[in-house]
Amino acid sequence: MPASAVLSATGIVKTFPGARALDGVDFELRRGEVHALLGENGAGKSTLIKCLTGAYRRDGGRVELDGAPIDPRDPLDAQKLGIGTVYQEVNLLPNLSVAENLYLGRQPRRFGFVAPREMNRRARALLSAYEMDIDVTAALSSYSVAVQQVIAIARAVDLSGKVLILDEPTASLDAQEVRMLFRIVRDLQARGLGIVFITHFFEQVYAISNRITVLRNGRLVGTRETESLPRKDLVTMMLGHELHAAEQAGETKAESSGPVRYAFHGLGKAGRVKPFDLEIRQGEVVGMAGLLGSGRTETAELLFGVETADSGTAECEGRRLSLSSPRAAIAQGFGFCPEDRKVDGIIGDLSVRENIALALQARRGWMRPLSRKEQDALADRYIKALDIRTTDREKPIRLLSGGNQQKAILARWLATNPDFLILDEPTRGIDVGAHAEIIRLIESLCAQGMSLLVISSELDELVAYSSRVIVLRDREHVAELVGGDVSTENIVEAIAGQERRRAS
Amino acid sequence: MNAKTLPLIATLVIFIAAFAICTLQYPTMLSTRVIGNLLTDNAFLGIAAVGMTFVILSGGIDLSIGSVIAFTSVFLAVMLEGTSIHPLLAFVLALAITTAFGALMGAIIHFLEMPPFIVTLAGMFLARGMAFVLSIDSIPIRHPFYATLKSAYWVMPGGGRLTLIGGAMLLVFLAGIIIAQRTRFGTNVYALGGGAHTAALMGVPVGRTTIGIYALSGFVAGLSGIAYSLYTSAGYSLATVGVELDAIAAVVIGGTLLTGGAGFVGGTLIGVLIQGLIQTYITFDGTLSSWWTKILIGGLLFAFILLQKGILSLSSGRRRLTMKGA
Repeated sequence: MPASAVLSATGIVKTFPGARALDGVDFELRRGEVHALLGENGAGKSTLIKCLTGAYRRDGGRVELDGAPIDPRDPLDAQKLGIGTVYQEVNLLPNLSVAENLYLGRQPRRFGFVAPREMNRRARALLSAYEMDIDVTAALSSYSVAVQQVIAIARAVDLSGKVLILDEPTASLDAQEVRMLFRIVRDLQARGLGIVFITHFFEQVYAISNRITVLRNGRLVGTRETESLPRKDLVTMMLGHELHAAEQAGETKAESSGPVRYAFHGLGKAGRVKPFDLEIRQGEVVGMAGLLGSGRTETAELLFGVETADSGTAECEGRRLSLSSPRAAIAQGFGFCPEDRKVDGIIGDLSVRENIALALQARRGWMRPLSRKEQDALADRYIKALDIRTTDREKPIRLLSGGNQQKAILARWLATNPDFLILDEPTRGIDVGAHAEIIRLIESLCAQGMSLLVISSELDELVAYSSRVIVLRDREHVAELVGGDVSTENIVEAIAGQERRRAS
Repeated sequence: MNAKTLPLIATLVIFIAAFAICTLQYPTMLSTRVIGNLLTDNAFLGIAAVGMTFVILSGGIDLSIGSVIAFTSVFLAVMLEGTSIHPLLAFVLALAITTAFGALMGAIIHFLEMPPFIVTLAGMFLARGMAFVLSIDSIPIRHPFYATLKSAYWVMPGGGRLTLIGGAMLLVFLAGIIIAQRTRFGTNVYALGGGAHTAALMGVPVGRTTIGIYALSGFVAGLSGIAYSLYTSAGYSLATVGVELDAIAAVVIGGTLLTGGAGFVGGTLIGVLIQGLIQTYITFDGTLSSWWTKILIGGLLFAFILLQKGILSLSSGRRRLTMKGA
């Protein structure tokens, strides 16, 4: 492999109001290599890409393309310089033909008019280099996402030709489509392009990349040769957990011995998460660990009826349950605090009181409204019980801090007296103090006999309160750690997958 | 036949079937006289509808064209009756004003990021108001040049007359088809309709295209105003109220997706002719109220919206995967 750098970025800094998204990040891409860029949500991957492609203007640092400093104003500028990007959501026009998409803005012309035959001929020739023989006059939307993805790559390479950035190109592809995409990526690699590959799938990282760069919290963790980086080390780099030899194993919990309350068998949905079995006991906290995109949230959404399962059954104490919609799940005593509270959870302009009363009201139905007095009492009780810091219950919830918003959402579900509560990243983006309070709350809830399923990237937390931890990888439930086996080290190992799996 | 051309074919089939039914009932309808009149009577609507097609293809709407047509006719009447300039010069002036007016609306839509609906609604009131400022009366145009233009026609076999304005409409449609299908501007219009944000990322000059689209719509609305003033030999500020809605109906019946991105300029011609055909039928019948035109157009519009919805859900459900060696 030639070791010459085609693109190198040094000391990239990007600051947003209130946050430093990138803090002196270095990145080097060589000619003819596939370089995986990894990191959890908020690590700064997209920000770095956007700084390289000119979608953002960097606040500091230096970017060199072929040794010459560049400062692209926008993605078009970057494209002209030689940096092309293909996103997960294909950025092409579905209503135009394939050929028009490939040659938009640079259609071949004769006597000042577009020459469609010539354009279609060139499009066919261009795509034949990717072993694609398709009708280029058909609308883009008539092809599968995988084909659209290849067309987007063909366009990007044709336009730029030095650097190709693939931002989660495989997220919505099936295994066969991924193989096709990888074959194309290897071809381009052989043609000497530098390729940046962003994904959440470990198997793919090891299948295609030469080197790996990991970011965390806007900082560079390191760049390694893929060959010499065991998976376990990679997970550690991503999650930022320094493995201590004696990992708080002392706090071993006895396996919860309560009766099994919920049993899910073979629940799954194609393209979301592979079928899994799950049992939840009364008064038990089940943790769920895995990297972003491993199927954690998808599992929660299946359990709560946000997504309808293709297969499998759900039972509650022997009774069959129908989880066809969140309403059905709520009626069964389920509760769900979603991951992104700003989008899925809070209704910003409604007051704290209204936000808390929402789920209970929904369960009662609109025919039996909660009186204002009941709502007030409800809100006051939970504001006090959960120590929600607000000047009064009528304050719009968006004015509260993240931790207090989180507690208000928790209050919303507690008000419905759920038997089974799913918490997706309950401690993300809140300060340390609120963190501890939420953990304490989780523990006291389970002491009261409620069953909880908690999804978290904070492994220490998971270890602290879970009696069992389910580990997910690549949209599959791969391991279940029970009792004494629950430790951060074991979780990291399970996420990474055993080394022997790598050979396959 | 694919999803792209299906609405166009449907429109064509409906037009031919409707014409056949009309001919069965009134055999005299199948004559070049009727066809000539169909073209002449709908010329101003057809010309304006070409501009509307581009606007709708780009995902926008232009509510101002009825008012712009009325303004142009009043402007011409005032210029020709009040001053001694030659009609051709007056035409050029009128077109310059309406084109600039359209371009201004396009610029506001693009730079202030305002919805086209609101901007062109304001344009609609403004143009109508300007027409009133010029004159509130219906002013007859008695310039001899108008008589010359009106007497310029080509007698088709069978005795029908293809008038100047009828021919002009066909030429405008021809130009529209070439612009839409054979220029980069045309592809950019479709690109905007497919998604302005994506189009911008792909390098489409969104601002220039948006301004161009509304300028084009203003230009052909001016042309339409000229055709209208030739047709009626008068300028009246209360004329052509609601023509923009007829034009939108023609565009949609012609198979263009109201949300933009798909359709053909040629389809709009058939949409205009279908409307004209219904009117002609009612004239032939003699007993039906002219409101039946509106009722039938309403029904057709509804049918076409359903058809488009059906095609959309069909084409998103069906995916092709033809890979070699994948």
